[in-house]
Amino acid sequence: MAQAAIELIGINKSFGAVRANRDINLEVARGTIHGIVGENGAGKSTLMSILYGFYQADSGEIRVGGKPVSINTSNDAIALGIGMVHQHFMLVDNFTVLENVILGAENDALLKSSIAKARSELDRLEREYGLEVDPDAVIEELPVGLQQRVEILKALYRGAEILILDEPTGVLTPAEADHLFRILKQLKDQGKTIVLITHKLREIMAITDTVSVMRQGTMVATRVTKETTVGELAELMVGRRVLLRVEKGQSEAGAIRLSVKNLTVKDSRGVTMVDNVSFDVRGGEIVGIAGVAGNGQSELLEAISGIRHAVSGEVMLEGKPIDLTGKADPGELRDRGLAHVPEDRHHVGLVLAFEENENSILGYHDDERYLKGPFLDIDAIMADAKDKIEKYDIRPGNPRLKTANFSGGNQQKIVLAREMEQDPGVLIVGQPTRGVDVGAIEFIHKRLIAMRDQGKAVLVVSVELDEIRSLSDRILVMFAGRVVGERGPDATEGELGLLMAGVEHQEAAE
Amino acid sequence: MDTFNAIVQVLDSTIRLSVPLLLACLAGLYSERAGIFDIGLEGKMLVGAFAGASAAAVFHSALIGLGTAVLISVAFALVHGFASITHRGNQIVSGVAINFIAAGSTIILGQAWFSQGGRTPALQPGERFEAITWPGADAIKDVPVIGPIYAELISGHSILVYFAFAMVPFTWWVLFRTRFGLRMRAVGENPAAVDTAGISVAWLRYRALICTGILTGVAGAYLSMVQNGGFVKDMTAGKGYIALAALIFAKWKPVNAMFACLLFGFLDAAAIRLQGSPLPVIGKVPVQFMQALPYVLTVILLAGFIGKAIPPRAGGVPYVKER
Repeated sequence: MAQAAIELIGINKSFGAVRANRDINLEVARGTIHGIVGENGAGKSTLMSILYGFYQADSGEIRVGGKPVSINTSNDAIALGIGMVHQHFMLVDNFTVLENVILGAENDALLKSSIAKARSELDRLEREYGLEVDPDAVIEELPVGLQQRVEILKALYRGAEILILDEPTGVLTPAEADHLFRILKQLKDQGKTIVLITHKLREIMAITDTVSVMRQGTMVATRVTKETTVGELAELMVGRRVLLRVEKGQSEAGAIRLSVKNLTVKDSRGVTMVDNVSFDVRGGEIVGIAGVAGNGQSELLEAISGIRHAVSGEVMLEGKPIDLTGKADPGELRDRGLAHVPEDRHHVGLVLAFEENENSILGYHDDERYLKGPFLDIDAIMADAKDKIEKYDIRPGNPRLKTANFSGGNQQKIVLAREMEQDPGVLIVGQPTRGVDVGAIEFIHKRLIAMRDQGKAVLVVSVELDEIRSLSDRILVMFAGRVVGERGPDATEGELGLLMAGVEHQEAAE
Repeated sequence: MDTFNAIVQVLDSTIRLSVPLLLACLAGLYSERAGIFDIGLEGKMLVGAFAGASAAAVFHSALIGLGTAVLISVAFALVHGFASITHRGNQIVSGVAINFIAAGSTIILGQAWFSQGGRTPALQPGERFEAITWPGADAIKDVPVIGPIYAELISGHSILVYFAFAMVPFTWWVLFRTRFGLRMRAVGENPAAVDTAGISVAWLRYRALICTGILTGVAGAYLSMVQNGGFVKDMTAGKGYIALAALIFAKWKPVNAMFACLLFGFLDAAAIRLQGSPLPVIGKVPVQFMQALPYVLTVILLAGFIGKAIPPRAGGVPYVKER
C-alpha cells in the first residue's frame, strides 16, 4: 500500500446539538482517487471543510504525509498542499481568470509581477494537464465547466498536491463531467491525490480507486471500488435496500392533454433557444426531454409554464388553446390545471426565508381553501402543510421551520407536494432530482409514476440520462433548440448520447 | 468677454463645490467596493469638519486641524466597521445611527466648548488652508482666455483641492494595480472566495473603511477650514447623500466619480450664479427653485439616465461562513 497522503483520526465536530462528524477515521493513499459518498447532511462537506481549515474539529488528529498537523485556517491547508474545489465556486464573477487565480496568492503589493507569473504558470499547466482556458476571459462569461476548471487551476497554482472536489458534477453536463474525469485521471497519473465527494454512485464506480461511505455523521464503511457494487454502496448510504430503477407497469396513454405546436422561444439576448418545437403529451404517460443543459430545455419549460413569453406557437391545454406569446401568466395556467415544478427550486420554486407551511401553499394562497374572508386561514394552512409533510415524508416534520433549513431533497419534496396535491391534469417537472439524495430520488420517482398511473400527463426535463430512461414512456431529445429525435424507453444510452450531441442531426442536415 | 469671465467664474466655483462631493464619493467607493454600504458618509464628514475646525482654533494650526479631522472621522468609520463587520449588524442602520450621533454631538460639544451657539470660533489666517498661487499666475492673468483659465481655474486653490483631484488617479491605481485593490474588489463581490483563498475578510473590510474615514475626514476639513472659516452646525447639508448618488451614477468607478461630482458641483454653481437673475424665455425664477435644481436633477439622472448600475454584489450583506 502506498504511503498515506492524508490520515484523519477520531475527528469529531458538533454544531450546537447536531453532531456533524462522529469519530471519523479516514486514510487516503497518495496518488489515488478516493471517493466519499453519503446522503445530503451525512457530514461529508463538514469533514472536508475541517481538512481545508474552514472549520476546526472539536477533537481528533489530522496527518498530512504522515506528520501530525494543525489546520486552523485555509492558509494552513494551502501551505500543506491541500486545494479544494467547492460545490459553489469560490470565484469572483466579474474578475478575469488571471485575477481569480492570483487572488490571495499574489507575489507582492503590486499586481504586475503576479499577473506575469500567473500567465506563464497557466500556460505550463495547460500544457501539462490539458487544462485549457483563456486567461483573460471574464468568469461570468464562461460556461460552468470552464469555471470549474479555473477552480482546479487556482488550486494547482497554489501548489496543491491533494485536491478535494465537493460535488463537482452537480452543475456539469454529462460531457463536461466526462472531461472533468479525464482531467482528474491525468492529475492522478502525475501523482496528485484526489478526494471526490459526491452522492452520485455512478461517478464513484467510474473513477475512484477506493470509496468511503458516510451516514449520519459516521464513517460506515470503506471499500476498494473494484470489489463493491452500486447496490451495496446505496444500501450502506441509506441504511436499507434502495431501488435504483423504479418499477413501473405499462403506460396506458389516453387523450392528448398538452399539445405544443411550432413553439419558438427567444432568451433575453434575443437568441432563439427553442426553435419550432412540436410535441404532445397524453394522459397516462411520462414524456421525458433529454439533452445537454443549455439546448433550450429550460426556456421550453419556462415558456410552457408561462414564466417566459414565447415568440410564436400554438399550445393547447386540455383541448383549449392558451396564448403563451404574451397573455398567459403562471397563475392562469395553474387555474387551468397545469402544475409546474421549476428547475431552480431556490430561486423560482421556493422562498427560502419563508416557513415550510407558507411555501407549501405558495401560488395557491388565494385559493378559497386557505382563506377566511380576506385573510389567510392559518389553521387550514397548517393542517394542509402537516398533511403534505406526512404524505411526502418531509423531514424534519415541522411546518414552522424556515425552508432554508431543509435539505435539498426535502425542499424538492415541499415543491412536489405543493404542485402534485393540487391534482393537476398536466404536470411539468424540471430536473426532478437535482441535488437530491438516493433515498429521496426513489421516493420522487415513485410519485411521478403514481401521477402517470392516475392518468395525468407528465412532462419531465432532466439532464440526468439515467433518470429520463428510467421514468419516461417516450423520450424526446433536444439539441440546439430543436427536438432532434424521439425514442422509446428502451433506447440505449449510446443512441441517446449521439442524439444529444447533435450527431445525427448534423448528418441529416448535410 | 463678460460672458467668458462669467463662465470661468462658474467653473471655478464648480471646482470648489465639487471637492467635498468628490472626496466623500471616493470615500464611499472604498467602502462599497469592499462590500460595506456606508450611508454614514454625511456624519463622518460632519464630525471631521467639527473636529478639524475645533482643533485648528485651539492649537492655531491648520495641519493639526486636518490631522484631528481625519483621526475622528476614522474613529467613526471603525465604529461602523465594528457594528457591521465584527457584529454583522445592518449597515444602513449603523450608518444612519452615525449620522444622528454626528449631527447631535457636534452641536452639543460645540456649545459646551466654545459657547457660540454650536459654531466654532472663526479661524484666523494660519489656522485655515490658504489658496496656493501657482508660479506666473499673476503675470499672465490678463492674457485673454489662457490667463483667466490658468489664474482662476488651475491656480489659486487650497492644497486640499489638489489633493482631492490627485486622489482620482491614485484610487484608480490602488483599485486596479495593487494587491490591496484586487482583494478589496473581490471582497465586495464574493467574500467567500476571499475567505477560501486564505485572506481575512474582516481585516480587509476594516482597512477599506479606514480609507473611507481618511477621505471623509479630509472632506470635512475642507468644508470647515477652506470653504468656510469655521464649523457651522449641519454644514454638510446632505453632501454625503449626494456623494452616494454620484457614486451610483459613476458606477463605482473613480474617474466616473470625478465627472459625476463635477456635474453635481456645476449644477450647484450654476444655481448660485443664476439666483435672482432673469433667465431667457422663462423670466425670473424663484430662488428656491434654483436651489432645488441640483436635487431634482439628481433624482432624474438616477432614475433614468445612467443605464444599469450594478453595485458590488456582496454589498450590504454581512459575511457569515456557510455550513
